[in-house]
Amino acid sequence: MERTPLIEFRNVVKRFGERTILDGVSFRIYEGEVTTIIGLSGTGKSVTLKHIIGLLRPDAGEIRYRGTPLQTMSRAQWDAYIGRISYMFQNNALFDAMTVYENVALPLKRTTRLPRREIERRAMARIEQTELTEVAHKYPSEISGGMQKRAALARALVTDPQVVLFDEPTTGQDPIRKNAILGMIAEYKKKVGFTAVLISHEIPDVFFISNRILVLWDGRIAFEGTPEEMASFDHPFRDEILRSLQNLREDITGVYSTRHFKMRYQTEFGRGGPEETYALLVFSFDNVDEIDREVSPRAAQETLRALGTYIGKHFGAVGGFTTRQTIGEFITILPFSDLEEARRILERFVADFQGEGLPRLAEEFRREIPPERCFDFAISAGMAQGKPLIELESVIEFARYGKQPIAAFSCGLRR
Amino acid sequence: MSRHPLPAEAPEGASPGPRPVDLPGVSALGRFGLRLNASLGALAIFFLHAAARMLHWKQIPEIVHQIYFIGAKSASIVALVGFFTGMVLGLQLVYVMNKFGAVGFLGTAVALSLIRELGPVLTAIMITARAGSAMAAEIGIQRISEQIDALQTMRIDPLGFLVSPRLAAGLVSFPILTAIFDLIGILGGYVSGVILLGANAGSYLYRIDASVDWSDVRGGFIKSLVFAGIVITICCFQGFFTHLRTDSHGSKSVSLSTTSAVVLSCVWILIADYVVTSFLL
Repeated sequence: MERTPLIEFRNVVKRFGERTILDGVSFRIYEGEVTTIIGLSGTGKSVTLKHIIGLLRPDAGEIRYRGTPLQTMSRAQWDAYIGRISYMFQNNALFDAMTVYENVALPLKRTTRLPRREIERRAMARIEQTELTEVAHKYPSEISGGMQKRAALARALVTDPQVVLFDEPTTGQDPIRKNAILGMIAEYKKKVGFTAVLISHEIPDVFFISNRILVLWDGRIAFEGTPEEMASFDHPFRDEILRSLQNLREDITGVYSTRHFKMRYQTEFGRGGPEETYALLVFSFDNVDEIDREVSPRAAQETLRALGTYIGKHFGAVGGFTTRQTIGEFITILPFSDLEEARRILERFVADFQGEGLPRLAEEFRREIPPERCFDFAISAGMAQGKPLIELESVIEFARYGKQPIAAFSCGLRR
Repeated sequence: MSRHPLPAEAPEGASPGPRPVDLPGVSALGRFGLRLNASLGALAIFFLHAAARMLHWKQIPEIVHQIYFIGAKSASIVALVGFFTGMVLGLQLVYVMNKFGAVGFLGTAVALSLIRELGPVLTAIMITARAGSAMAAEIGIQRISEQIDALQTMRIDPLGFLVSPRLAAGLVSFPILTAIFDLIGILGGYVSGVILLGANAGSYLYRIDASVDWSDVRGGFIKSLVFAGIVITICCFQGFFTHLRTDSHGSKSVSLSTTSAVVLSCVWILIADYVVTSFLL
């Protein structure tokens, strides 16, 4: 049986002057789910959210809440509907003449009959949760943009709403706080069971907390489905996603995080046919445990970092993408390459590495160990042919099986 | 292209219809009349909506805050203007009345001019310049930075939250500031007329006591209440609907709204002064 959507857009059209922003948008939002709207800037994502909260009205089409069109709701129905929803604005919309605490407490003060102490308790709980305790009595203009964002988030959640609309909640946050905010949304959803609609450019991070994805493209919904289903999404926007994933590579090392690597893999090969192939290379720093134990963990980490940077940048330049698989192991995928081509690329890599990369690595290593100490390290590489239908883990295992030494360093001497 | 399109060809045998008359002046006047009517209607609804939400216990802290801002903080400038207005009146009237041998009526002339007309009007204009412009700008900025939209999403009535306390504070502050203006103005008239130009002090004070009636004071207060409604409504209205301006956007629209708020308030103060005076006399 089909679920009744909590909110449903039916052919919604919105124009501003001559410009049509939403051109027959239809989608559904289900209760208890996190729905993320993605799309390029200026495609009407915020306009869509503003229709849900009633700040904008459609020029044509219909928006329904539990089957009831918003346009036909009585005053009491409308008040009850709005009372369940909270909206976090893209530009925060904090009251600049009020402190952070006053901003967060405002909805409770004005719309409830709670005693002052209870209002204070709830507001402070949200302020603590968003790590704003130290700036609670400062004005928005006295705190950073990231803090303002969190203050807006605290205000949106303080009334314990059933539906929360987040307009780019993580924009301007550092990576740690970005994950903390997404984690908070996920945790809050688990705890309270609320429904969230997010607008975000944080691809693929938002996919991990989203149940459904909507792609707005050219005034219409180009995709509606689960994050997994997005892999088979054949659309120009997919290229934009790929580009954004490429930007997610750590600029310094050129290496993806494991999560981003998997997402890139999924996006590249998720919808691939059985004929598509790729080459997978495994690089291992063979005696990393020994260096870690005998020399110092810092020496091992710095040397590995230098190796990762070299691999990431070298193979990134030819369209490959790399991640760190285990402590001393890097995985590189060369999309649409066969073994022959991969072997040629690897040979060039080995030549470059021996000439330029290894001395740099050795220098990094020497910097970390006392001059009187003598230590060896070796690097091996293996490769395998992969196909989208074959489990990635099996391909990695196969590449590990064929590993051979490609470079070694012994007490200041290259081998 | 013609603004009055006609069929390309009239049906055969049909008599020619009335020719459209193009009178740009009349059309413009008509459009202005319609716009004025719509604006006054919108202002009236805005005022009634805000007035209906004034009396709520949750408004008290904000009303007190606004009384401090509109009233207490304007008191010094109102007193200063009142003092010099009274001094100028004293100065001018002594010279004029000397010609008719009526200097003894200086107190009457100064007090009645201030209490009936100058006090309420100049106080309202001073508050418009000091507090009204600030209100329009503050609400305008809140509008363009989506703070007013945020209130709506939090189920807080923006008019009740932003305009009602200001209206209540204006209704309290305007009469008090008018009274301050009148008193200080009478003192200013005394300083220039009596102390500097040598008019009789006893006569000045006696004439005030004898000629100023309670109806004069009441009339002045009625005017100040009307002006409070006009100034607060126009200034808040201009700020509240900053985003609907078609002549500009963003911060520019806030600056234009502030200018419009001050200009319109001053104009409507003078128009209302005439209307209220004609009813009071």
